[in-house]
Amino acid sequence: MEKHVIQYETVRFNLNGKDVERTVDVRASLTDMLRNDFRMTSVKKGCEVGECGACNVLIDGEAFNSCIYLAVWANGKHIRTLEGLLGPNGELSDIQQAFVDEAAIQCGFCTPGFILTAVEILESGKEYTDDELRKLLSGHLCRCTGYENILRAVKKTMYRRLGKPMPEQ
Amino acid sequence: MYDMKALYQAKSVADAVALRLAHPEAQIIAGGSDVLVQMREGKRAGVELISIYGLDELRGVTLEDDGTLCIGSLTSFSHITRDPLIQQHIPVLGEAVDQVGGPQIRNIGTIGGNTCNGVTSADSASTLFAYDAVIELTGPEGVRRVPIQDFYIRAGKVDIREGEIQTAIRISRESYERTFGHYIKYAMRNAMDIATLGTSVNVRLSPDGKTVERARVAFGVAGPVPLRAETAERLAEGKPVSEETAEAFAQAVKEDINPRDSWRAARDFRMHIAVESARRAFIEAVNRAGGAL
Repeated sequence: MEKHVIQYETVRFNLNGKDVERTVDVRASLTDMLRNDFRMTSVKKGCEVGECGACNVLIDGEAFNSCIYLAVWANGKHIRTLEGLLGPNGELSDIQQAFVDEAAIQCGFCTPGFILTAVEILESGKEYTDDELRKLLSGHLCRCTGYENILRAVKKTMYRRLGKPMPEQ
Repeated sequence: MYDMKALYQAKSVADAVALRLAHPEAQIIAGGSDVLVQMREGKRAGVELISIYGLDELRGVTLEDDGTLCIGSLTSFSHITRDPLIQQHIPVLGEAVDQVGGPQIRNIGTIGGNTCNGVTSADSASTLFAYDAVIELTGPEGVRRVPIQDFYIRAGKVDIREGEIQTAIRISRESYERTFGHYIKYAMRNAMDIATLGTSVNVRLSPDGKTVERARVAFGVAGPVPLRAETAERLAEGKPVSEETAEAFAQAVKEDINPRDSWRAARDFRMHIAVESARRAFIEAVNRAGGAL
């Protein structure tokens, strides 16, 4: 059998506001590195082929499925996971609280991914229609909630952040 | 962990060319939304990879002095959709790539990767065919430019030679000016689905909006590679803007397309939706051009 040479590379990036550095196996996905080297267990291993969105993280402000992203590509990037949303004493952010209030969670497996996409949506500062929100959230699968509560949680937080009342249905 | 033999990360285009020559068997990886998934499936397991993802000089859209739109091969779908030059000159391309996969896929997927993997269903490809895009490749001998129709050799095979990488996609002013286009993706789901058929139409009308000066129509999944339906294009040229022209144009696409039966759809069904999509896309393109049917 051919001898396999394990190849390592040092990656420097910013994780949830903190500069970090790790030497990783080049075969690792970003999901692997975030979970195994940094214990960011909000980053879920779901389909691992970029379809379900459970491993979604924000890279330089945009949503990416970390399962189809090489760990070494993180070099020089700003990466945010759900852990980065918590306040100093573990307080929930507004969007997390909205997911709780709207019962947008059952098993919770898809939730971190959904919330980070929601963060990208909310941080754009734009007001979206329901159809636009559905499209923006379409890269995540949830097998429990039926999506309506998730949509409502994002929409409610969007209007709250925009300082506008939520329109009547 | 991905099952790969080795990873080579290119630091510049010249470095990528050198890596290609040094490792001719290695697979090029741009965003990886196809390559990494195929590795997971075992199809490309154990390969050597040359990553060009870090080459920021291949990102972004520029307008050259002669009006040519130059799209860097690593520009992501979402950045193409949001780009002001794309929105101003060829908005149909931004709309077409906004229908690829889902939001996260559009953030990682690149237009270069979409064309280099040579698949007929690529959402960018039909619009690029309809605008006579030119593929720019950089290799050991310098830059080579190939019309997109020649770039696609057969299903899954494109004209990338030894030591080359695709560096840009170019669309001339002559091709896009005063045109208005519309893309229709027919798929089973609104997101995370591959096109059963993709149809891109664009028209250029006479200044009074009454005559079709030029019409273009290209399809994905109407043959083994994306293709233009030139019989329909010739037929519409010089014709008055009317329902009859739209119908004749749509019917004529059958002359040039050759879809297959697959588990996604039957050939007959694809023929049917090709005609219907061509008609609808033509009408929408004419409306956008300010013509009245």
